[in-house]
Amino acid sequence: MPRRTDLHTILIIGSGPIVIGQACEFDYSGTQAVKALKEEGYRVILVNSNPATIMTDPELADRTYVEPLVAPVIEQIIARERPEAILPTVGGQTALNLAIELADSGVLERYGVSLIGARPEAIRIAEDRRLFRETIVSIGLEVPRSGLAGSVEEARRIARDLGFPLIIRPSFTLGGSGGGIAYNAEELGETVRRGLDLSPVHQVLVEQSVLGWKEFELEVMRDLADNVVVICSIENMDPMGVHTGDSITVAPALTLTDREYQRLRDMAIRIIRAVGVETGGSNIQFAVHPETGRVMVIEMNPRVSRSSALASKATGFPIAKIAAKLAVGYTLDELPNDITRETPACFEPTIDYVVVKVPRWNFEKLPNADPTLGTQMKSIGEAMAIGRTFQEALQKALRSMEDGRAGFGADGSEERIDPEQLRVRLSIPTPERLLYVRYALQSGWSVDAVAGLTHIDPWFLAQLDELIDLEGRLRAFNLENVPPRLLREAKRAGFSDRQLARLLAVPGQGAQPSLDVRRRRLELGIRAVYNRVDTCGAEFEAYTPYLYSTYETSCEASPGRRRKVMILGSGPNRIGQGIEFDYCCCHAALALRELGIESIMVNCNPETVSTDYDTADRLYFEPLTLEDVLNIVDVEQPEGVMIQFGGQTPLKLALDLEAAGVRILGTSPRSVDLAEDRQLFGALLRQLGQSLFGRDAADVKPFGQGRLGRDAVAWPQPTRSDLSL
Amino acid sequence: MGGRLDALLALEDGTVFTGRSFGARGERVGEVVFNTSLSGYQEVLTDPSYRGQMVAMTAPQIGNTGVNDEDMESGRPQVEAFLVRQVSPLVSSWRARKDLGQFLREHGIVALSDVDTRALTRHVRAFGAMKAAVSTDDLSPESLIAKARAAPDISTRNLVREVSCQAPFEWTAGLSAGWGEPPPPAQRHIVVFDCGVKRSILCQLVQSGSRVTVVPWNTPAAEVTALCPDGILLSNGPGDPASVAELAETVRELLGWCPILGICLGHQLLGLALGARTFKLRFGHHGGNQPVKDLATGHVDITAQNHNYAIDAGSLSGGDVRVTHINLNDRTVEGIQHRQLPVLGVQYHPEAGPGPHDALGLFAGFCRLVDEWKQEHRVQVARLTARTPGKPGPAAEREG
Repeated sequence: MPRRTDLHTILIIGSGPIVIGQACEFDYSGTQAVKALKEEGYRVILVNSNPATIMTDPELADRTYVEPLVAPVIEQIIARERPEAILPTVGGQTALNLAIELADSGVLERYGVSLIGARPEAIRIAEDRRLFRETIVSIGLEVPRSGLAGSVEEARRIARDLGFPLIIRPSFTLGGSGGGIAYNAEELGETVRRGLDLSPVHQVLVEQSVLGWKEFELEVMRDLADNVVVICSIENMDPMGVHTGDSITVAPALTLTDREYQRLRDMAIRIIRAVGVETGGSNIQFAVHPETGRVMVIEMNPRVSRSSALASKATGFPIAKIAAKLAVGYTLDELPNDITRETPACFEPTIDYVVVKVPRWNFEKLPNADPTLGTQMKSIGEAMAIGRTFQEALQKALRSMEDGRAGFGADGSEERIDPEQLRVRLSIPTPERLLYVRYALQSGWSVDAVAGLTHIDPWFLAQLDELIDLEGRLRAFNLENVPPRLLREAKRAGFSDRQLARLLAVPGQGAQPSLDVRRRRLELGIRAVYNRVDTCGAEFEAYTPYLYSTYETSCEASPGRRRKVMILGSGPNRIGQGIEFDYCCCHAALALRELGIESIMVNCNPETVSTDYDTADRLYFEPLTLEDVLNIVDVEQPEGVMIQFGGQTPLKLALDLEAAGVRILGTSPRSVDLAEDRQLFGALLRQLGQSLFGRDAADVKPFGQGRLGRDAVAWPQPTRSDLSL
Repeated sequence: MGGRLDALLALEDGTVFTGRSFGARGERVGEVVFNTSLSGYQEVLTDPSYRGQMVAMTAPQIGNTGVNDEDMESGRPQVEAFLVRQVSPLVSSWRARKDLGQFLREHGIVALSDVDTRALTRHVRAFGAMKAAVSTDDLSPESLIAKARAAPDISTRNLVREVSCQAPFEWTAGLSAGWGEPPPPAQRHIVVFDCGVKRSILCQLVQSGSRVTVVPWNTPAAEVTALCPDGILLSNGPGDPASVAELAETVRELLGWCPILGICLGHQLLGLALGARTFKLRFGHHGGNQPVKDLATGHVDITAQNHNYAIDAGSLSGGDVRVTHINLNDRTVEGIQHRQLPVLGVQYHPEAGPGPHDALGLFAGFCRLVDEWKQEHRVQVARLTARTPGKPGPAAEREG
């Protein structure tokens, strides 16, 4: 079917301010949707209250409203712009809820506006737990059993029927807040009481727990001709019980046979049809019992989501863009696959690498928050990495976190372990659990024993165990006598130069040891090559330079010969460094394009616009570490690197990059350092005849090392660290 | 991990890949192809259509779920050699019975891990499927390249003979418990020409309420009609359809006798029997994500495929056969149907195993066709039971 000609103006609702669980992935999906609809000649009206977004750039939509995302405001915009349709599926839960509110209050009918992408009935079925359950059961699939309780007594009655542990979900609260897990009658009483208090309708859902079951997600797309394709399967390494946003997740699913995977695929297709999502993407979650294979349907998002952003970056299939085109009437077979050009979007991506996403938490900035991970999401950002194997991808993802890690251990993170707490820390998921898994395996625990406490699939644990084994073999050598074969094996398993420097006990300060490892391996001819993300496992040629590093036999980078500049992105979101820096990086890429200079983007945050293969001329989905950046410089030989746009992340690399001979464009790294290093900056100010704190300040020592000059300064005093946010 | 690179793969054009042996030791020659399925390595390994071929999996992590009893597409692994990027050190699956390496060693299959399967795939994509040799003994590239060059061309081998059954047998198993409803009682009799049939095809026939008799590929038409089939299925199988021209002859004799469905090689044979030509694709279709469009409805199914040869659409034009399905990636023929006779063929694998189940409905569709035909020709069928086999069937009689 060609695109609809009865529509002229389409309103897109954004997702508003960034909150936990709804972050810049919706800037990515919204931006794609705006571009896709404009490309088709529609007049696009955008409303979003978050100005730190690419989508609210005035040049993007035809009309942009930076206004509060509340129904009366949207109604005014509708009255003024008179769109024929609203696309509510690219702005997260916020946009969906608003769309439903506008439908229920009769606004849509009054102005003759239709919802495209998802009908109100479909949104209701997917979002209302009771309707969703009924729909799933009616097509013969299973959901966890549950009951609604209005009192602790009722909850106890339900508990007798279902058995412990139980998941308590208060009705009509946002993002699972107030919910929890009850392991016994006492906890049940507590959790239910709290839930009833928080629920505006004084009601909780008491649900049979599938804690410890394997957790999978499928990203499904459907068009108006009822063609359905699965874009990506995602496996959660942390099993059921940990929110997928707090889980280490892996694409594709790695521990299912074809028969088991196809069963989930069949179910996903039946669900998207039964719920009635006519066009666009949906995310469907399943729990699979590890010993029997029994499947439960957990939930569905009838819109693009955090997972679809991840799936898009993981496969090269632009879900939001295609969803927008399907919403205006195209069918999948009419749309081209941008990457292969010659094949249509109507296919299922296949990948010949493994993608790992690791969440980023910020509990150190929230000292009173409980770091236990459960059904309510707590992470505030994430990094994704691509490797040829799970081991390589996991190590790359861990060193992308910018929390001091250089990979899976061998980086000083061992010091955070408290052996006394081992059992507890394995059983109760927290951000530190992987450290304890490593410690347990290293201390000789069997894979089965660790699996018993963590419920992490033994396959993943065996992969980790192999890394530990390889580490052990490396420790027997130093940089000069390490066998080249072993060094290559380590690089292929994702070990960073920094980890290797530690394992091979290379002496020196700062970046020197890892640079020595780099020098040695380059002497031995062990260098990173770049493979393309091509949606098809190399079956067709890829025309988009979307690349990741690995240690294989042939390089597909084929760098261009034009003038080119590299832009370093801002890595995973965290408190103080969010979407605004991605905004800057995207603009740097656009400015370079205007100048006719090729832009090369380096970033590892899957939620962002900068990691859309459409944004820069070339995209390297890579960790932002000295090693990984230098490897790209080796291949690309850019005339310079821009470090000013990605927040603190690239600034931290500036001096080392310059020392390694890389030309830094703009402000010199020395000047950056002068501004960022408190001591240097203080000295400068004193030199300029001023004082940092308005009087002579005591030099601030690292916490715990020095005493502040109590007598000299008045309390309270702000403390600031170098190169911080 | 661990251990040294102790095996080589040499292609006839002189390209060499290193790897680590994890299957049987030894030396094999064959044609190297790649498969892009993300899951289902066990089904791929045991699919008789791969006889004569070395299969490289583009999915990098293989062996994770071991090998189980239910997912066998035949009694044993059939590939000449198996090439992967990384093999799992541990099996994690509630259904697994053994480790992949152990399974391959037991059956004498040479297998290499740590192969840069992406580079290999890109090479095959660029230069086409080619002859190759693998060895765990001869690690001299020159000598192994020479062996690859000396290997017989796949189109000259009758591989069907190697994988077909030797005598007719009844197949009664449907899907195993837990994977589908128990099969309904048999309402029709389907005879399957075994060119290397996958068990999933037989299971799907049983599952759709059919009695299934499997016969060797070279069974004469008269012997088949003597079995009084209500429908005939020409199975998938390895190699060049031209190498089993005598089966195409048999099919020609059976045209119009009863409804015929061809799958994969069976579809190509049907094409040959109907006067079409086949040709060899550069590197074939091997995977589980191939979009196939039904030209009548416009609907697209995502299908499992495994073939190197295809029907030349040009050779069908103006004849009695129309193209019903095409592949959206390269527009090649994916389905044909005779304009008068109840005869149809599909290039893809509706039975999946491994792959998406989008096209499973084809079996029910074929069974309906068989039943309608049976209804229409009940009288003739009764009369025909005493007829001399090999002569024109009811349709020809009716039309003639």
